[in-house]
Amino acid sequence: MVKFNDETLALVHKIMARYPKGKEKSALLPILHIAQAEFDGWLSPATMDYVASILKIQSIEVYEVASFYSMYNLKPVGKCLLEVCRTSSCWVRGAEDVVKHLEKRLGIKEGETTADGMFTIKTVECLGSCGTAPLLQCGASYHENLTFEKVDALIETYRAEGKRKSYTDLDWNNTI
Amino acid sequence: MGKKILLEHLNVPGINTLDVYRQKGGYSSVEKALKTMTPAEVVEEVKKSGLRGRGGAGFPTGLKWSFLFKPEGVERYLVCNADESEPGTFKDRFLMEKIPHSLIEGMITSSFALGAKTSYIYIRGEYFYVARILEKAIDEAYAAGLLGKNILGTDFSHDCYVQIGAGAYICGEETALLESLEGKRGNPRIKPPFPAIAGLYGCPTVVNNVETIAAVSSIINMGGEEYAKIGIGRSTGTKLISASGHINKPGTFEIELGLPVEEFIYSEEYCGGIVNGNKLKAVVPGGSSVPILPAHLILKTEKGEPRLMSYESLSDGGFVSGSMLGSGGFIVYDETTSIVKNLYTFARFYHHESCGQCSPCREGTGWMEKILHRIINGHGKASDIELLWDIQRKIEGNTICPLGDAAAWPVASAIRHFRSEFEEYINHPEKIKDVKHYFNLHQLTT
Ligand SMILES: Cc1cc2nc3c(=O)[nH]c(=O)nc-3n(C[C@H](O)[C@H](O)[C@H](O)COP(=O)(O)O)c2cc1C
Ligand code: SF4
Ligand code: FES
Repeated sequence: MVKFNDETLALVHKIMARYPKGKEKSALLPILHIAQAEFDGWLSPATMDYVASILKIQSIEVYEVASFYSMYNLKPVGKCLLEVCRTSSCWVRGAEDVVKHLEKRLGIKEGETTADGMFTIKTVECLGSCGTAPLLQCGASYHENLTFEKVDALIETYRAEGKRKSYTDLDWNNTI
Repeated sequence: MGKKILLEHLNVPGINTLDVYRQKGGYSSVEKALKTMTPAEVVEEVKKSGLRGRGGAGFPTGLKWSFLFKPEGVERYLVCNADESEPGTFKDRFLMEKIPHSLIEGMITSSFALGAKTSYIYIRGEYFYVARILEKAIDEAYAAGLLGKNILGTDFSHDCYVQIGAGAYICGEETALLESLEGKRGNPRIKPPFPAIAGLYGCPTVVNNVETIAAVSSIINMGGEEYAKIGIGRSTGTKLISASGHINKPGTFEIELGLPVEEFIYSEEYCGGIVNGNKLKAVVPGGSSVPILPAHLILKTEKGEPRLMSYESLSDGGFVSGSMLGSGGFIVYDETTSIVKNLYTFARFYHHESCGQCSPCREGTGWMEKILHRIINGHGKASDIELLWDIQRKIEGNTICPLGDAAAWPVASAIRHFRSEFEEYINHPEKIKDVKHYFNLHQLTT
């Protein structure tokens, strides 16, 4: 069953209260981030239906939003989604080589997930960190000024931790 | 050393905390505005300052504020645009991360001027950790009575919230941003009505960039006239520039508007020159959307005058020999860069980010990406250059929002200034292998 625990549900209601009465749909984007983090890193139809029921909106209103924004995954992804920026400033400082290196190390192609479900490689557009290119984002963390050694070390660390990385890893409850 | 306003206290330890920020004079604009000025007087100071929007378009902020519709009994909103997704731009992230209270202070003072009881900071989802920094700063401000009911004992009450996006460049366009903030897809709205009349939830709304809002605090503190003395001509004040690409010291710098471009690129205080002592080839001075200029046109104007970092100087010569200050995303390319391949990364970007509402943008960006893809892979046709030119012409000016223009300009300027490079790719595909390539500044192939 797709359902938030009480603590998460309290947080969701706190976010909904930021908007005027009747405009709670504004909370859709943040709630989808939370849902994605809680339910295996992607938004299944069941998850989206559940979010719709919380906001008292039609499921289609959730599907159309979830499919518009690139940070929502509509298919399962590895525990660590490695998002490598490929736009101009990163391209001129070697983003393609980072992708190639990752592909070689992990034995998969860009867009694929390792057989153990640990890593997915994805290329993304400008992450707003062009001055520290090349870089990748995994969950909430930016890994900047990458070298091949840094990439290798990162993979080792993540593999040893074995944990799913989410955009929302940084402890919403203490801040919101 | 150029004048520093926004980053004056950057290196003070603990400047990200409320206590230290206040010790350095922080929140005095809130004190001054709420206790000694009327909202109209605040707007007047901003007008006098000559401040222009720092998000890209450079529209005068005071004038924009004076358009805000104020019907009785209808809520008004201030929305801060922290979407920052224009390739080459990372200045807002720097400011919010290092001195978060400078934005919160500006939000309060600006909201007072506009009569907004509620404001939202819409920040791109990838900046999740920055959103958390802002939320901490907001919590501190509430605890100190700077947000919430009866701020500093005055009649003014205000709530400020952070809203997270989810990865969509188009949500930086102000009406797409408002749609997104309402929990919808980021499809830009047809204007009019402008947000000043019908914005968030149909209410009058002002949307301003992070840096614009942060600048308001200093303007109120020093007075509009004093602020207007900084900078050059109609480019008043200071500007944050985020510099990246083939330079020795990439990063975010505060410059006084009017600084010569040559000094910005080569001096140790700023970019520190080109990597490996290479030659400068081209610059995109204001984020991916603005025209690329070859070295001789970025250092000097067509008339032979030194090019300055200002709205006017960078656009001198129009699109024939000039560009734009834009968002301040300054991307530098050295002699080894393939302009065609670089353009392909931009074309792919705009195709990926088009919201798909207008056919010229939705289809045209895809066609441009496809044609550039075949050119850089050695399958270009002789007619492709004219075809690219034709497509960009047909997109420009024929779409709901300026993303279409933003996709067209890089293509037009690359062809205008580097046509021979396109011809080389098409006529001598075997040479494509000769393109030099760097990884983290170590040359991989020659
Ligand atoms: C496609 C597109 C993307 C934009 N992205 C941003 C952005 O990320 N940040 C921003 O402040 N303005 C962006 N703008 C400009 C905004 O629409 C708007 O002009 C700006 O937020 C107004 O604030 P200002 O007057 O303070 O600059 C974008 C415009 C377009 C057309
Ligand atoms: S120009 Fe492009 S991004 Fe803008 S509304 Fe039209 S299709 Fe959407
Ligand atoms: S181009 Fe890669 S972070 Fe901006």
